[in-house]
Amino acid sequence: MSAEVVIGAWVAVGLSLCMYSFLYKDNPFFKFGEHVFVGVSVGYLLTITYYQVMTNKLYIPMTQQGKRWLLVPAFLGLLLLARFIPSIAWLSRISFAFLLGISSGLAIPRQISSFILKQVEGTLKPLVTVGDGGVAWMTWAGLNALLVLIGVVSVLFYFFFSLEHTGTVRRIARVGIYFLMVSFGAAFGYTVMARMSLLIGRFDELMLYASASYGYATPVLLVAMIVGLWWWERGQERKT
Amino acid sequence: MLFWKRTFPLLLTLLLGITFTAQYYVPHPASESLLTEVSVWGQIISGFAILLGVGSLIRSHYVKIKRREAGWGYSGVMFLSMLIMLGAGFWSGGKTEGTSFGWLYSYVFVALQGTMFSLLAFFVASAAYRAFRARTPEATVLLVAAILVMWGRVPLGEHLISGIGSVTEWIMNVPNTAAQRGILIGVSLGGIATSIKIIFGIERSYLGKD
Repeated sequence: MSAEVVIGAWVAVGLSLCMYSFLYKDNPFFKFGEHVFVGVSVGYLLTITYYQVMTNKLYIPMTQQGKRWLLVPAFLGLLLLARFIPSIAWLSRISFAFLLGISSGLAIPRQISSFILKQVEGTLKPLVTVGDGGVAWMTWAGLNALLVLIGVVSVLFYFFFSLEHTGTVRRIARVGIYFLMVSFGAAFGYTVMARMSLLIGRFDELMLYASASYGYATPVLLVAMIVGLWWWERGQERKT
Repeated sequence: MLFWKRTFPLLLTLLLGITFTAQYYVPHPASESLLTEVSVWGQIISGFAILLGVGSLIRSHYVKIKRREAGWGYSGVMFLSMLIMLGAGFWSGGKTEGTSFGWLYSYVFVALQGTMFSLLAFFVASAAYRAFRARTPEATVLLVAAILVMWGRVPLGEHLISGIGSVTEWIMNVPNTAAQRGILIGVSLGGIATSIKIIFGIERSYLGKD
């Protein structure tokens, strides 16, 4: 095992345990890990932006491909930074207007096409099918199509506030609520499973780094963390 | 001056908004290349927008250190980690394979990110306990749907109750799809309305005050 992998394992275990220490309570180890995470994320984001955007999309096309017009978006980007100087902060409005104008313009036809027409197309499926065996009434697929149609219409009724939710409208909207609850429950179940999967992944790694080839990183640092928390707790008690 | 401060941004939004709405309906190579070029422009401007966000973060932590506010040492930790990552990134030329930047990415960034999000598993469990006390019929439906989805997604679930996977699949494909479609159509209608308001200058909060 190379030294950089073993050191990496110790660093990863140490930082992971710092984050897990929050399960006990908010403490300096967690705050340390949290701030390292913010700093490293910002550093990573800046590096990637510099190489993938500023170099590959701006500098190289301008200097090597003669795309001098890219000075315009660069200038608009610089205008955004005018926000830091109150006296000329209004200049950033031009860049925001540019971005919002384009994104709003692009959004309208694409939303209509992808999110409305396509969804309506997917919802309106035939309930009765005609095949080689004749007319098939209410197949399992047809029943599901009908359920989807009822669900979409009732959910839209729930979100439609131009009509007062009384009488029939209220009853249809109530059906929509049940469809929404099933969807929220499914989304919640999915989220829980995704987090659990991450947790298993982290524990798996912590167990791997507990082996002799990694210098027993996990048990050693776990004991150090417990002692550290106990020491910190004692200090807190003395203060109060 | 008022023209440049207020009228010009509104005119620019109107002009670009109408142009790029129309662009979708013009299937000409020139129209396609305009879209490609503008998406690159958007990426460049967004790159500067990141600097805007990072600048705000740096300023707030700098003020914390300058005023020696509570926990200012952690702001120092934030600066140090950012500088180390930036230094390694530039030293490695932005490459991750076999470099110090890659090492920091794998053993610091990924480890912290994975742990931070996995930590939510514990809080999700406690939130579930509070939310899932089936006090109303709606909460009961949510509870049942969540349990069935979780159950059907693990091998043990299928082992204990045969066919639970198909039930989960049905929940995801039928009632869940119906609700998601309803939400998506509603959100899209809202998005279109907001876009129209922005293009025609009815929604102008992005201009700020003054």
